Amino acid sequence: MSWRVARVSGLRDETPSARTLVLDVEDWPGHVAGQHVDIRLTAADGYTATRSYSIASAPDVERVEVTVERLDDGEVSPYLTRDVIVGDQLEVRGPIGGWFVWRPEEEAPVQLVGGGSGFVPLMSMVRTHAARSSSAPVRLVYSVRAPDAVLYAGELARPPGHVQVTYAYTRAVPEGWPDRPRRVDAELLAAATWPADRRPRSYVCGPTGFVEAVADLLVAAGHDPRTVRTERFGPTGGTR
Amino acid sequence: MGLISRGFTGRRREGAEDLPPGQYLTHDFPVLAAGPTQRVPTDDWKFTITTETGARHEWDWAAFTALPRDEVTVDLHCVTRWSKLHTDWEGVSLDTLLADVETSAHYALVESYGGYTTNLPLEDLTDGQAWVAFRYDGEDLDPEHGGPARLLVPHLYLWKSAKWVRGITLSDHDEPGFWESVGYHNYGDPWREQRYWE
Amino acid sequence: MTDDPHGETHLDGNAAAGTLAELFTFDVTVAVGRCAGCGRVSTVADTRSYLDGPGMVVRCTGCDSVLLRVVSSPERTWLDLRGLAYLEVDHVTEG
Repeated sequence: MSWRVARVSGLRDETPSARTLVLDVEDWPGHVAGQHVDIRLTAADGYTATRSYSIASAPDVERVEVTVERLDDGEVSPYLTRDVIVGDQLEVRGPIGGWFVWRPEEEAPVQLVGGGSGFVPLMSMVRTHAARSSSAPVRLVYSVRAPDAVLYAGELARPPGHVQVTYAYTRAVPEGWPDRPRRVDAELLAAATWPADRRPRSYVCGPTGFVEAVADLLVAAGHDPRTVRTERFGPTGGTR
Repeated sequence: MGLISRGFTGRRREGAEDLPPGQYLTHDFPVLAAGPTQRVPTDDWKFTITTETGARHEWDWAAFTALPRDEVTVDLHCVTRWSKLHTDWEGVSLDTLLADVETSAHYALVESYGGYTTNLPLEDLTDGQAWVAFRYDGEDLDPEHGGPARLLVPHLYLWKSAKWVRGITLSDHDEPGFWESVGYHNYGDPWREQRYWE
Repeated sequence: MTDDPHGETHLDGNAAAGTLAELFTFDVTVAVGRCAGCGRVSTVADTRSYLDGPGMVVRCTGCDSVLLRVVSSPERTWLDLRGLAYLEVDHVTEG
């Protein structure tokens, strides 16, 4: 798989710390919802840094959107979320990953559980579902630290058909919210997700601890482990 | 070289005259992980030197920390290209640990809790060149950096300074360790930039 | 990610996919492999990967044994698969 040149054709701030980059990629072969791309940056002295970012958009001919969460001590994300301007060129490799994917031909109920910026590949699934008018019913649980950290809030406020959205705010709740800040637990999953006997396909993406906790809870609730697909999402290649 | 990314410099890469070739200075202490962080209670900790005849010399935590210790200030050079200068450690010199060990072996295979290994000539562990270190910067060594105790061989790339060290096996033949068996240089001298198999 | 209460540094095999795509003509992460240590059979994506070290290390979710290692220099790449008893690869190609 080779590196392709991508031109930044649009930028969209999703939250105070997350930005979507719209990339026009030469000879882009298209992707499947859930896949990611590697982005490589090269400094003038030849130093390179490569990071993986999930694709947020539905499959398109030569356009792909990634949403990047800025890590203040990061090396690549501050550049992508602050310094990049429309017209810049980046190198992209992908699409990558054939495991954590959802195809619109699948008719089984879909359970999406995302934590923090791990929600990005699930948004690609939601958008693909809408773009292809899938009849598969979708339930989404989105664990996020505060209302101002919700990605794609406007789009999710009026979710396309068949998608039921439940938020779990872990640190701060919106005004008038009927619940306290909470983490995703067995009780919340029992109320907001498909019961195991509907045999949903489940996709869980987020930080490693979140993913392992949620996947364990789903299996404990009777879901077949083979139907629970996970993707751990986190920073690499730097100082913690 | 790939397409230059306008304005991208990467993490500040500060050179310095006294660095080995291809290295840059860092002031953090990056954590490099090839596996899960080992958390070994000092009650369970043991350090064993096994010779080529099978003779074993073993220390538990109390015996180990009762040994004479050195305070050393050394420079660290990681093969991932960062160097950190003037780091302060406390540890037991391998000269002390090997004092009563009878051996004519030439090679050492260092083993860690968690299964990591690294190899080096025995002569690189002696003559004040290597320690089993258990304090860093005036504090007990954090598990992320290899605590309760790690090997410290600062004249070689840092992957030789095995975290969570549990023992050393002395042998007449050289056995490549975890990284040395998959592309990394068998010796790893940063001043000769011995990063990979040649 | 600071939200991670376990403070662990691994991701999963998905995160290794980009590097592996440089070496294989198929997506290794959807292949099924058997751990030579404990015998656990799983999809390569469903593993633990450590990307921050001198090389990339993919470990078994069951027993933490090393399944796969990749080291890249500017000139070449070394791949060690001795921790995998086998890899099973479907002939159906991805779209």
